[in-house]
Amino acid sequence: MAIKAEHINYLYGEGTAFEQYALKDVSFEIQDGEFVGLIGHTGSGKSTLIQHLNGLIQASSGKIYYNGEDIYQDGYDKKGLRSKVGLVFQYPEHQLFEVDVFSDVCFGPRNQGLSKEETEARAREALMLVGLEERFWYQSPFELSGGQKRRAAIAGVLAMRPEVLILDEPTAGLDPRGRDEILDEIAALHGEKGMTIVLVSHSMEDIARYADRILVMNRGEKMFDGTPKEVFGHYKELEKIGLAAPQITYVVHQLQEHGIPIKGDITTVEEARDEILRLLGKGSGKAGSRL
Amino acid sequence: MPGHLLRIAVKQGGLRLWNEIPDCQEGTGVSMGIIKASKLIYEYIRRDEEDQVEEVNRAIDGLDLDIHEGDFVAILGHNGSGKSTFAKQLNGILLPTEGTVWISGMKTDDDSHIWDIRKTAGMVFQNPDNQIIGNVVEEDVGFGPENLGVPTDEIWRRVDESLAAVGMTAYRMKSPNKLSGGQKQRVAIAGVMAMKPKCIILDEPTAMLDPNGRREVIRTVHELNKKEGITVLLITHYMEEVIEADRVIVMDSGRLVMDGTPKEIFSRVTELKGYRLDVPQVTELAYELKQQGAELPDGVLTIQELMECLVPMLQACKEQDG
Repeated sequence: MAIKAEHINYLYGEGTAFEQYALKDVSFEIQDGEFVGLIGHTGSGKSTLIQHLNGLIQASSGKIYYNGEDIYQDGYDKKGLRSKVGLVFQYPEHQLFEVDVFSDVCFGPRNQGLSKEETEARAREALMLVGLEERFWYQSPFELSGGQKRRAAIAGVLAMRPEVLILDEPTAGLDPRGRDEILDEIAALHGEKGMTIVLVSHSMEDIARYADRILVMNRGEKMFDGTPKEVFGHYKELEKIGLAAPQITYVVHQLQEHGIPIKGDITTVEEARDEILRLLGKGSGKAGSRL
Repeated sequence: MPGHLLRIAVKQGGLRLWNEIPDCQEGTGVSMGIIKASKLIYEYIRRDEEDQVEEVNRAIDGLDLDIHEGDFVAILGHNGSGKSTFAKQLNGILLPTEGTVWISGMKTDDDSHIWDIRKTAGMVFQNPDNQIIGNVVEEDVGFGPENLGVPTDEIWRRVDESLAAVGMTAYRMKSPNKLSGGQKQRVAIAGVMAMKPKCIILDEPTAMLDPNGRREVIRTVHELNKKEGITVLLITHYMEEVIEADRVIVMDSGRLVMDGTPKEIFSRVTELKGYRLDVPQVTELAYELKQQGAELPDGVLTIQELMECLVPMLQACKEQDG
């Protein structure tokens, strides 16, 4: 078990007339090696929640355990926690500041107190992991394209070798290919390095494609927690809270309404294609002839 | 330039009274669209400390374009394709390196028209928080016309109309920072509308919004286009937002590479992917099924269209089967 949150409450303006719950009785566990999608409308508490997970925000009440240890206990190494649970904020490229990309990526590990050699080795590794070619390493980060800047910023977090990587809308503002490239690289960190991933996104299509499990936040409370198939099965409730299912889920539901015997829990284009082809092929009695 | 800076810029130059502004159409050909670009080139030039040219980056490379009044036009293109640079040409934030841009017949590099151009073509940017300046919604919406020297009665009338047009009347006395992202963008659109533009240019207005916010903003923009006849130029990376446009333009390397109706554009799936773009999921599904031999038309854009073709096929299979 990597992260366990128990009955987290977080109040803004506690004790004042403006007291308001940002998080209300939120509990969940994230296992090592999971790929969790976190969705919710603007203001639902997603960003507040992820900042609890590396101790940037302290809950008003409730407990958080990292690998079984209570992060709120006296003497807990919060600084260590922040390098184990890496947080990539929205528009992380706004936080780039060094003279060149390589120095920027070195900033994290150097502050962890690592030697120059180790710092540089980690920076090289991180830049390679995000697929940023060597010719960009010694350029000013401000001269890179949007997608490259974002990669450089993600590399800055990866250089600290986190065990858990939390990304807050890493693809906002990127073109479709740039979006797929970044998400494929994140999926590779998960698949090849076994990194635990928490991905916050407003794109239901992306969440459906990459996450093993989805947490849904609504007005500071956890509303659903399940596989993409389970969660997107509640598409009508999701719409009520400002979300949606992937477009393909609606295609499948409409086919069902027309009496077509298609599986209802489809969440990706590939699944829908294969299922429809199966129905078309099977019906003709001689697979392929109708196609 | 963020929206509020632009509106402040309008303030600094907009000293003439609103009713003294000359007719914009002077000396222009009759057939010219509301936005016209001819052989447009724009270069970002980087200079070193001695002011020597170090690097020239051509962001727009010979663009010709004519947009008709009242059209809803979507612009697609990958990051760095020149979309935003082009948008900034349309109200004189950037001026052409070579070539010409006309807005309602006024050349953007003619200083004497710059404020009329900014009134004619309003802009909405990506981040709602960068564009809102008022402490109360109605105050924010009134900021633009106030700075144009519009009389008070007329300002209030415009604030009423603009808030109604974006469906935000109920929030007029609220603080903008209590609104959702979609609501903030609608307030930003109302702020532009209050300046009575003929054309609104939206540069990725939904990139930071949740699905509901995206729907709200896109619906609002379509209503302004249909009911008020406002010409809309929508820059976006969300393919689903494009399907109801009258015309779709694809940019790549500062050039116009595709131009057509959504159906025409989204029929060319491979070509789009080559430009780092994508198609809506329903279009992708229809395309993939067709690749496998299913008899479906090109460029299926909506779930309804797909149903009309696919349901009879599947029902026929089911009957044979059952």
